[in-house]
Amino acid sequence: MTNSTYTTNAPLVMQAKGLVKRYGQVTALDGADFELRAGEILAVIGDNGAGKSSLIKALSGATVPDEGEILLDGKRIQFKSPIDARRAGIETVYQDLAVAPAMTIAENLFLGRELRRPGLLGSALRMLDKKKMLEESVARMAELKVGIRSMTQAVETLSGGQRQCVAVARAAAFARHVVIMDEPTAALGVKEGNMVLELIRRVRDKGLPVILISHNMPHVFEIADRIHIARLGKRAAVVNPKKISMSDTVAVMTGAMAASDLPAECLA
Amino acid sequence: MSSTASKLPPLATLGPFIALILACAFFATQSERFLSAQNFALILQQVMVVAVIAIGQTLVILTAGIDLSCGMVMALGGIVMTKMAADYGLSAPVAIACGMAVTMLFGLINGLLVTKIKLPPFIVTLGTLNIAFAATQLYSGAQTITDIPAGMTALGNTFQLGQTAIVWGAVLMLVLYLVTWFALRETAPGRHVYAVGNSPEATRLTGIATDKVLLGVYVLAGLFYGIASVLSVARTGAGDPNAGQTENLDAISAVVLGGTSLFGGRGMILGTLVGALIVGVFRNGLTLMGVSSVYQILVTGILVILAVATDQLSRKGVR
Repeated sequence: MTNSTYTTNAPLVMQAKGLVKRYGQVTALDGADFELRAGEILAVIGDNGAGKSSLIKALSGATVPDEGEILLDGKRIQFKSPIDARRAGIETVYQDLAVAPAMTIAENLFLGRELRRPGLLGSALRMLDKKKMLEESVARMAELKVGIRSMTQAVETLSGGQRQCVAVARAAAFARHVVIMDEPTAALGVKEGNMVLELIRRVRDKGLPVILISHNMPHVFEIADRIHIARLGKRAAVVNPKKISMSDTVAVMTGAMAASDLPAECLA
Repeated sequence: MSSTASKLPPLATLGPFIALILACAFFATQSERFLSAQNFALILQQVMVVAVIAIGQTLVILTAGIDLSCGMVMALGGIVMTKMAADYGLSAPVAIACGMAVTMLFGLINGLLVTKIKLPPFIVTLGTLNIAFAATQLYSGAQTITDIPAGMTALGNTFQLGQTAIVWGAVLMLVLYLVTWFALRETAPGRHVYAVGNSPEATRLTGIATDKVLLGVYVLAGLFYGIASVLSVARTGAGDPNAGQTENLDAISAVVLGGTSLFGGRGMILGTLVGALIVGVFRNGLTLMGVSSVYQILVTGILVILAVATDQLSRKGVR
């Protein structure tokens, strides 16, 4: 696949070249490439063992690849932990609702990044600025049009979809470059899943590129701008969901069809 | 579901307080001496050791742990500080510092075993409970240490408030509650204690060093047990190798009666103070009624089971 087939000319935000990751005898990533462009939702799909989760782990700092390089805004980066990735402006939303249930929405949004009061109250007494965190929470949630009224209610009083919205809103509020979403709708029902999809779209429209890992093909086709197909530890193809059928996409993913057999306009 | 769930916390916070008022009302009808300022000052003096141990215990239980060693570590601290003063002639502050260093060392050991080797807190502290008990007996030779400087019992002195003599240790206890209340409620490390107890994985994923939070909690608990050692020595005027035996479970009872969930992440430090007062009021009231101490232990046991059952049942509606 060559660059000339890209349908978009938006600048590259995140890029990986020739990533290799071995676990003993198993090669999970075998020279995988990856490109995320500004302002897009890039879905990453792949069968079990295709190297999809190893790729995402490398991008989010959860594992360190053995070979290859990762570039963020053209600069080479090396993450040793998810905290490094977060410092670089990459936020990850996990499948299993990574929120503290008995704490309030505002507390969850600012967990680990609490704001302190100005002046001596903050520096000497280390007092939290609860009012400001509350106001910012209301503003962030309104910006993303999340219809939750009170930021002081415990997260456990919310539905699963609303909880996931809190996790997505937290990522969107603090990410400066990229939001990675690992199966954000997998634990949710149809209506709740759609609510989260709508939110993901608004995150993109806010200007943050989104990497979406999902098994749910209808969701992927509904929301993705481009689809990265992982296969055998490599990138098999990047396709345009508006030009390719779901069955052809699955065929490439499972290896029933070679990417080179796809018509050129399907590629993205 | 959401409406009942959001109404639960106020009930959970008020419950212990209502229980305390009811207990006071009951004992007031049983003994005319119960409702007097002197008697309340006495209750404060009786509960101050348990109440300070219970602060450390609350921190541990908020992280979904438990510390079974609390009373025995407190006893060991008392023996160390009194023997340091009696055997080596160390001044009161230095001897007290030695005792508190030992209690904090036990907290550190508990914390390291829980965070680094990932052992369950129940088992770790069951082990250190026995180690601390044996160390106390061996080091003291099972003898009470009475030859101590006056400075060590200063917190057992009283001041007059109107007609009532109030012990300084009780004031220190109340101050410690206020400081902990502030730290848990208004500072980031305090909120992280709740977060770790609530969902350790979610907390770790936000970038909080959960092991450091846990380790800090166990060491701080050791600090509170050390302060309780000082109060215990001040109250009895001696290093007592048999101290801490009722305090051990009374402190856990105080936390649970105060509405803190044994499942972690939920509870309030001022609830623990109320819980400690409930334990103290029952002990005091039953004594005034002439009920033998065995029945007092029986009642404490029943109260704890009632409190845990209430906690469990009230959580069912939420999950």
